[in-house]
Amino acid sequence: MEMKKIVKQDVQKVLTGFENTPVYLHVEITSGMYASHLDDNVFNAGTFLRNIQVEFIHATIRGGNRSKEHRVGLKLDNGGWVYVLGLTHYIEGENGEFIMHGFNAEGKLASALEISTQPFFK
Amino acid sequence: MDFSQENHVLVVFPHPDDEAFGVSGTIMKYREKKVPVTYACLTFGDMGRNLGYPPFATRESLHSIRKAEVEESARIMGIDDLRLLGFRDKTLEFEEHGKLKGVITDLIEELQPTRIITFYPGYSVHPDHEATADAVIESLADMPKDKRPALQLVAFDNRTFDDLGEPDIVIDIDGFTDRKLDVMAAHRSQTGKLLEDLAADTQQGDDARNRWMRYENFYSYEID
Repeated sequence: MEMKKIVKQDVQKVLTGFENTPVYLHVEITSGMYASHLDDNVFNAGTFLRNIQVEFIHATIRGGNRSKEHRVGLKLDNGGWVYVLGLTHYIEGENGEFIMHGFNAEGKLASALEISTQPFFK
Repeated sequence: MDFSQENHVLVVFPHPDDEAFGVSGTIMKYREKKVPVTYACLTFGDMGRNLGYPPFATRESLHSIRKAEVEESARIMGIDDLRLLGFRDKTLEFEEHGKLKGVITDLIEELQPTRIITFYPGYSVHPDHEATADAVIESLADMPKDKRPALQLVAFDNRTFDDLGEPDIVIDIDGFTDRKLDVMAAHRSQTGKLLEDLAADTQQGDDARNRWMRYENFYSYEID
């Protein structure tokens, strides 16, 4: 099963479906561990958070017009936010998790936002 | 180098394709001489940025895909003792201090290897590589000198040649390159682009073939 290019209306429907429900997130941004090894001018930066439990009251996908990539913002029930820039593809995973990835020009993962009502495997 | 002289070779790497590029030809040369080889792979590489070329995996499916890939790689190399230790990719350096070392010590006590192949501490770029190298060195440092297995280490930091000089263990893998290509191809989610380069009749293709398909380079290492 291949990932699909983001179609905003379709993704928005899925995101909205997770509103006001306790969910687990996997959030990831990465330059890759070899970025500065391969190019001195590049600074390595990245993050991942896995199995973070949140509840969001409002989810929105934006972008994808002039920019190729999309942004997702999740407004949390406690007033906090989750923000991810750089998403291009999505798929509904085998275990009901909603997976969004951003692939760079070389086809490498640059960003990810995944939402699930069940914990992600460790 | 007489490959039949070792009693048991232990290969320790953190990611399921770390053995493919710089080491698989050497492993096959040991297996050809019937030397037992254990490959201990610490993670499933489930945080890799390559999800296929073009992408066919997701962050969630990569785990089982790379597990199958390393099993196939081990089969091609003729390794019948593959240990998948199940740590999470990228997190090795954050485990409780001593935990990885304990895993390595257990393996050494069980297998009694005469040679260990792993990364060179300080010269292996990725923090998981460094954590793996450190754990091996720490584990060996606790052993009496005359009982320590020989170390054969992979270094590829940009400072390697300046600091360490030429590699002192150079393995000619003539006769094993077809199978080495199969090993790389087994790691399909990670090596798509490289395989394309290796097959290409271009300067890039020549560079890739010269780098991976003639010699495998290592450094020996003495612990004070």
